[in-house]
Amino acid sequence: MTMPPDQQERISVALTLNGRAVRVQVEPNERLLDTLRYRLGLIGTKEGCGEGECGACTVSMDGVPVNSCLVPTWQARGRRIETIESVEPGRLGALLGSGATQCGACTPGVVMAACWIAEHRELLRTHTIRELMAGNLCRCTGYDGIIEGVQGLLDDGLAEDGRDG
Amino acid sequence: MDRVEGLAKLTGRERYVDDLAIQGVVWGMTVRSRCPRGRIKRIHFGDGVDWSRFVVVDHRDIPGPNEILLIERDQPVLAGDRVRHVHEPIVLIAHESREMVRRAVAQVRVEYDPEPAYLDYRLPPRPGQIQFGEDNVLKRLCIEKGDVERALRGAAHVVEGVYETGAQEHVYLENQGMVAWVEDGVVAVKGSMQCPYYVLNAMSHALGRAADEVRVIQAPTGGGFGGKEDYPSNIALHAALLAIKGDRPVKIIYDRGEDLAATTKRHPATVRHRTGLDRDGRLIAQDIEVILDAGAYVTLSPVVLSRAIIHAGGPYACDNVRIRGRAILTNAVPFGAFRGFGAPQTHFAGERHMDVIAARIGVDPVDLRRRNLIRDGQSTSTGQVIHDGTDRVAVMDRALDLSGYRARQREHEAFNASHPYLRRGIGLATFHHGAGFTGAGEVFLKSVVHVVGLPDGRVEVRSANTEIGQGTLTAFSKVAQDRTGLDGESIVIAEPDTARVPNSGPTVASRTAMVVGHLIERACDDLRRILGVDADTRGQALRDAIIAWHADNPGREPVGTAQYRKPPGIQWDEDRYQGDAYATFAWAAYVAQVEVDLRTFATSVTSMTAVQEVGRVLNETLARGQIQGGVVQAIGWALLEDVAWKDGAMANAQLTNYIIPTSFDVPPTRVQFIENPYAHGGGGAKGLGELPMDGPAPAIVNAVAAATGTEATTIPLTPERLMGLVLNDDAA
Repeated sequence: MTMPPDQQERISVALTLNGRAVRVQVEPNERLLDTLRYRLGLIGTKEGCGEGECGACTVSMDGVPVNSCLVPTWQARGRRIETIESVEPGRLGALLGSGATQCGACTPGVVMAACWIAEHRELLRTHTIRELMAGNLCRCTGYDGIIEGVQGLLDDGLAEDGRDG
Repeated sequence: MDRVEGLAKLTGRERYVDDLAIQGVVWGMTVRSRCPRGRIKRIHFGDGVDWSRFVVVDHRDIPGPNEILLIERDQPVLAGDRVRHVHEPIVLIAHESREMVRRAVAQVRVEYDPEPAYLDYRLPPRPGQIQFGEDNVLKRLCIEKGDVERALRGAAHVVEGVYETGAQEHVYLENQGMVAWVEDGVVAVKGSMQCPYYVLNAMSHALGRAADEVRVIQAPTGGGFGGKEDYPSNIALHAALLAIKGDRPVKIIYDRGEDLAATTKRHPATVRHRTGLDRDGRLIAQDIEVILDAGAYVTLSPVVLSRAIIHAGGPYACDNVRIRGRAILTNAVPFGAFRGFGAPQTHFAGERHMDVIAARIGVDPVDLRRRNLIRDGQSTSTGQVIHDGTDRVAVMDRALDLSGYRARQREHEAFNASHPYLRRGIGLATFHHGAGFTGAGEVFLKSVVHVVGLPDGRVEVRSANTEIGQGTLTAFSKVAQDRTGLDGESIVIAEPDTARVPNSGPTVASRTAMVVGHLIERACDDLRRILGVDADTRGQALRDAIIAWHADNPGREPVGTAQYRKPPGIQWDEDRYQGDAYATFAWAAYVAQVEVDLRTFATSVTSMTAVQEVGRVLNETLARGQIQGGVVQAIGWALLEDVAWKDGAMANAQLTNYIIPTSFDVPPTRVQFIENPYAHGGGGAKGLGELPMDGPAPAIVNAVAAATGTEATTIPLTPERLMGLVLNDDAA
């Protein structure tokens, strides 16, 4: 049996969080989700199931979406973590217009997954959006609003790339 | 118009109960029964814990009656001397460390004298299992029209069928949660909920406090589906008791396992049909029996049963109907409100039965429905004459056209004849859903809405109705904008806080946009009356009038008020269960296509078409989202979501093995609305939130039956269940 938390030694973890260097003292078995929410005040990331099934707590670790409820915080040592707070609201017009959010509890995770797809368009050569979004459970939308919104996010991104070019 | 709070949700800035920063808050947790029925002998608090560092509450700490006030008062806030289900709350514990409180909960051991638990509502109870009346039946209801027995004797065909539906978990993505604190002698809670005044009444009762010594605030709520209709009274009282005893703010947030196992679920149901038809396939007699498992306490079961039986006859005309319903007390976790509220269960049975009838008497399922769909001037089972101008056959035909029903049928026939192991099928369901409270419910509620002119000329809508994802804020803003001519920036929707908003009734029963939306319109008109301006004063002129009123009446505010009035011509006889069961119905026809793999017996839904008449559509994106979301929740109920019971407990209380659909498990849902404005609904709207829960399950199972030639009667139609049906059929 592990020691009760008030008798444990905390450990120090340094990571890059939303582009900034952060050092945080955590309990050895602490979940990244709890560190973000309760120690660092980044409450945009939500807990849905606590067992890696629903994707509500999705954050990006070194550019890859992970369920932050399954990541011990020490594993984020020296890594780059991005949370929903890093997402530029102006990018999300398509998801707003398509009805991609209803109750909003799954939404931050959905947006993190959507942004990952937008940044890795090569995924669409082998997978559909419907397949790529299957790690994020939503109980409200029936997914059509989400799929349409992600497609819109991709289209908006392409339009912007075009302008840049 | 985009969702009002949409960007806050997309960016993670919306503040749900677990996101609230509260100074000095401690975490509360619940010690629950592990015994489905028994007397509590002793409670041991383990030696390894310094209990003086924890707040500990049991039933003796409840200041008022130990009762959760709802329809009945049978459910205790905390178990006293006995338990009636395996997740009954017994002791509450709080501490500032969540991990410490978890460990403490594990160190509490309850000793029981077990009593015989009654766990299968389908079997008659043995004498030792009787816990209510003579037979554990909590509620009986009956609808009678004409003479069923005589009509059955004269029928050309009599077709019988028995249908079963399982429990279903809501799986709102935000678990239940509540914070409680005491401030200036007022016990306040804020949390995830649908119905602030239900919570207020329950708290006032059990805490022995006047209504103004209790305050309830809804926090943005991450989904409800009925799961946050009645249950939040429990968790609010638990948090409040800990806050009172510990004299510190308390937060209780369930984790997913506790939420799945301990909170209410959809009532399991058994529905028996005995149907008489004439030679032309016209319904001449419907004899229906509806049995619900209510679980260990009454909760909302009597009204779920009521809605279940009223919808049991389907959207058809029939002169001789008898529908008998009963809700049975068992020692399962109490079942409660869930989107559709009994109607999905009886519509599953009724619409599946229509296809069984069609097969037995050798008519086409579409023609059978075409012949029997209710026409204007005909009446429902309760004798409610329908005259709303909706062409229900046209609704069905639109769904058939959009889905390419006939062409798909022909393709499937050819495909199934040639494919070694895949089978395709298409299925239809036509159905209705009564909007708003049943019978005289809305009259008893006497809902009130306030529309207030603010000093800067904006208008604030004050109601107790909650945004739970379905779009209340956007719908209310839209209705108020249309009525006042003000823009969205000038309409404020008040936070549901019982200290500030009147009781506009619960956020349930697809009533919010329709009933409360209409009250907002009338309260806007009343505001004009108070301001002393003409009925056509709109926009800037209205703004100016509000500002001028404030200048003339310093320190006061102009409050437009509207209270519910029964639409003209509505009559309901509660004793005889006759009359206008609902002010109006929404009508729908859904078509599902499936593909069944005879190697794995897995069913995939490959296409869904949903056509409905829901009055006027207030916001196309939001309305479509409600339909699509309901359809997918119903696909889960039909095929995937199987609550595994063990000694009255949910054995699969994890999303790892209680499976809800992912995006990859479902097809897009093609949605079409046929608009027929409803004069007494906000902006002409009828209720639509629950409707999409009713049709998909029977459409899907009808499609599976068409694909495989089996007579499936039970959902969830899991691969295991379908395998049994297909292999048994082959053997026979």
